[in-house]
Amino acid sequence: MSNTISIRKGLNIRLVGESTKEIKDIPVSNTVCLSPLDFHGLIPKLVIKEGESVQVGDVIFHDKKNERIKFVSPTSGKIKQIVRAEKRKIVQILIESDSKQTCKKFEVKKVADTSKEEVLDLLLNSGIWPSIKQRPLDIVADPSNEPKGIFISSFDSSPLAPDYSFILKEKMDQVQIGLNALNQLASGKIHLSSRKNSDFTKMQNVIHHNVDGIHPAGNIGTQIHHINPVNKGEFAWSINIQDVAAIGQLFETGCLDGKKCIAVGGSEIKHPAYYNIHSGSLLSDILKDNVVGENVRYISGNVLTGDQKSANGYIGFYHNQITVIPEGNEYKFFLTKGWLGLGFDKFSNSRLFPTFLLPKSKRFTLDTNTNGEERAFVVTGELEKVFPFDILPMHLTKAAITEDIDGMENLGIYEVAPEDFALCEYVCTTKINIQEKIRHGLDLIASECM
Amino acid sequence: MKFLEKYLHKMEPHFIKGGKYEKWNPLFETMATFAFTPKLVTTKGSHIRDGVDLKRTMMTVILALIPCLIFGIYNTGHWEMAVSETNRNLPYFDAMGAKFLTGLGIVMPVVIVSYGVGLGIEFLFGMIRGHSLHEGFLVSGMLIPLTMPADVPLWMVGLATAFAVIIGKEIFGGTGMNVVNIALTARAFLFFAYPTSMSGDKVWMSGLGDKMAANPESVDGFSGATALGDLASFMSDKASVAGEVVQSNVAVQSFSSEYTAWESFAGMIPGSIGETSTMACLLGALVLVLTGVGSLRIILSFFAGGFIMGLLLNAIGGNPYLDLPAYYHLIIGGFAFGAIFMATDPVTASQTANGKIIYGFLGGFLAIMIRVLNPAYPEGVFLAILFMNIMAPIIDHYIVQGNINRRLKRLKTT
Repeated sequence: MSNTISIRKGLNIRLVGESTKEIKDIPVSNTVCLSPLDFHGLIPKLVIKEGESVQVGDVIFHDKKNERIKFVSPTSGKIKQIVRAEKRKIVQILIESDSKQTCKKFEVKKVADTSKEEVLDLLLNSGIWPSIKQRPLDIVADPSNEPKGIFISSFDSSPLAPDYSFILKEKMDQVQIGLNALNQLASGKIHLSSRKNSDFTKMQNVIHHNVDGIHPAGNIGTQIHHINPVNKGEFAWSINIQDVAAIGQLFETGCLDGKKCIAVGGSEIKHPAYYNIHSGSLLSDILKDNVVGENVRYISGNVLTGDQKSANGYIGFYHNQITVIPEGNEYKFFLTKGWLGLGFDKFSNSRLFPTFLLPKSKRFTLDTNTNGEERAFVVTGELEKVFPFDILPMHLTKAAITEDIDGMENLGIYEVAPEDFALCEYVCTTKINIQEKIRHGLDLIASECM
Repeated sequence: MKFLEKYLHKMEPHFIKGGKYEKWNPLFETMATFAFTPKLVTTKGSHIRDGVDLKRTMMTVILALIPCLIFGIYNTGHWEMAVSETNRNLPYFDAMGAKFLTGLGIVMPVVIVSYGVGLGIEFLFGMIRGHSLHEGFLVSGMLIPLTMPADVPLWMVGLATAFAVIIGKEIFGGTGMNVVNIALTARAFLFFAYPTSMSGDKVWMSGLGDKMAANPESVDGFSGATALGDLASFMSDKASVAGEVVQSNVAVQSFSSEYTAWESFAGMIPGSIGETSTMACLLGALVLVLTGVGSLRIILSFFAGGFIMGLLLNAIGGNPYLDLPAYYHLIIGGFAFGAIFMATDPVTASQTANGKIIYGFLGGFLAIMIRVLNPAYPEGVFLAILFMNIMAPIIDHYIVQGNINRRLKRLKTT
């Protein structure tokens, strides 16, 4: 059973620095980080102390509101430091790796012999659970809810995104085992979206969906909206396809795999490629001698939704790519590089710049300049062009800005996550941080309506 | 441009908080951000942003208005010369340089007053609110002169601009917050506050009013009304001459020989400074639609609404207004100017895709209805657009409600 979803509204931002198809191995960083900040709204409850030794899969902290959700160490070694900010808020847990990389053994059976409850317990105890996110709210899924389905995208359409059919080429068996396990968990409601002709279309025990079209075709929010949209009171879960492979590996070996493969790209990377790393690795270890300039921005994730990091930062829990682009912190004279220039170097979705005349093969080097100051909403209809939902993006954004809870509920806040608005934020003339506004709206909904 | 950049760097400390001229920061910032796209970088959300900003958007609209402005200057110059030589049939394309210069002398002061007063008030509000100039008025400041009769006193332009900027916009919060179109607010203010200066048959040609006051005989038989104003007088003139009831089709015929379709389309007729030439407006429309700044939906549906109303009225018939061919309505009375530059103002138009079609259609429909059924308001276009500005939120409300209902229905069926 397969059906085709075509995404016509959207935008492929063509950036310089796509990763070449080669995978390099990086030895484990001396220091690996697990940060509670990667999980929105989480209040961590630590179970370890500084100086304790841990194995891969040992619990570091759990969710204070729901102790079943555990967050585990991706490496083996010693707890080096617990970094706190104001009011003793935990920011980072730094773990000093040892060379042995011993792992905690979980008791596993064949998937077919494992009951739904056993799968759930294994995922929770092994620390894989936080990989599963839920809509509404775009937070770690609550295991006590019954999802209307688990949605998995086998491709990522965002700028310079990793190609999962390349990364997981050797791990297809594990992906299948992982899917089988999830199938137990969600009683057959696993939706896998793939590009036509991709290897993932051969997977079994899932409901296949062909997705073609431009970004955000690969975003899970877009796919859920077109497959089976979330209504108030319902929950949809999603998980990254690489984490599905990790579940497969867990069922095969009984060990948590603390590693993942990421794409490293961007115009300021000398040799963009794929890297096998440990989760929570230090950016400067991964990017050693591979960055061109000094005045650059390190992004864990993609340019639209990623987190800004320093060179001494660590890759985020959910991120499968690192992007390095130039900072745009300089004045641009208005007639040459600025707002009234010809703008052949600017990538724009509007026809005010000649982007649409240039060949589709041209790639752009974009910096972090906002290209203008913040203004009120004036132009209409531009967000709708990149927002393939039956939702009015500007009206929903305005409802979020004005904290109009009824308005947000009516206009479809339960279906969306901030990342769905990333392209809107990119194209918007106002330069308003729309993702932040939507997140604020979701926080309000979480506190008032859930 | 390095020296200018260095100079700005040097001056900047005086204007930021704690500096000597802290109060003048909005002015400084406006100048600085005009000359240089500022070095602001993204802090949250998407790390890269589209090249487009409000400055470029607004500049494109001004670019689209240039054909109207240049033609308006020439047209004004032509009618000024026609009046001073008391020759209504002065060849249109003679002495072009002189006419353009004459027109420039009449139009530029209006433009300068409009921008001067408007920007002054905007800066004042910017300083009170502590923000730099928001670009909306750059377009309004150009639109206001183009909707004025050539003979309008400059103090009226200043007063109308001040009214429009303060009451029409700033009390609502500034650019992007206004309910009705700024330029039309200015025009409506003058229309109702000083009707003798904004309508009738003396104001549309520069100098005519003075000449009539000094020596009425010298301009005898010199109709200075706009085409629409003339239409009614055709019927009454002929009626009094012939001493019998004149068929309305005769009136329409003599009207269309006075104002041929080509002259009306090209704009070689008396009227407000910038609105007479449908051709120049269409050039502007080309710029707006190609760049995506103006909504093609609104422009097309506005024209469609006007044309259909014209056809309906033709079907009724009975007086010259009703019998005027429908296509004539689209090329006189500032219809095209309103459709292309006024109705498309994104802040005051409908904001939803389907809403734009309804909004535009009703706008055009009402414009012709007002014009024909109430000859006291021959320039019904601006009234129709102002009315639709008020109605736009209601149209949007129903479109949004439709979206909400689809979602509720889905909830019920699952």
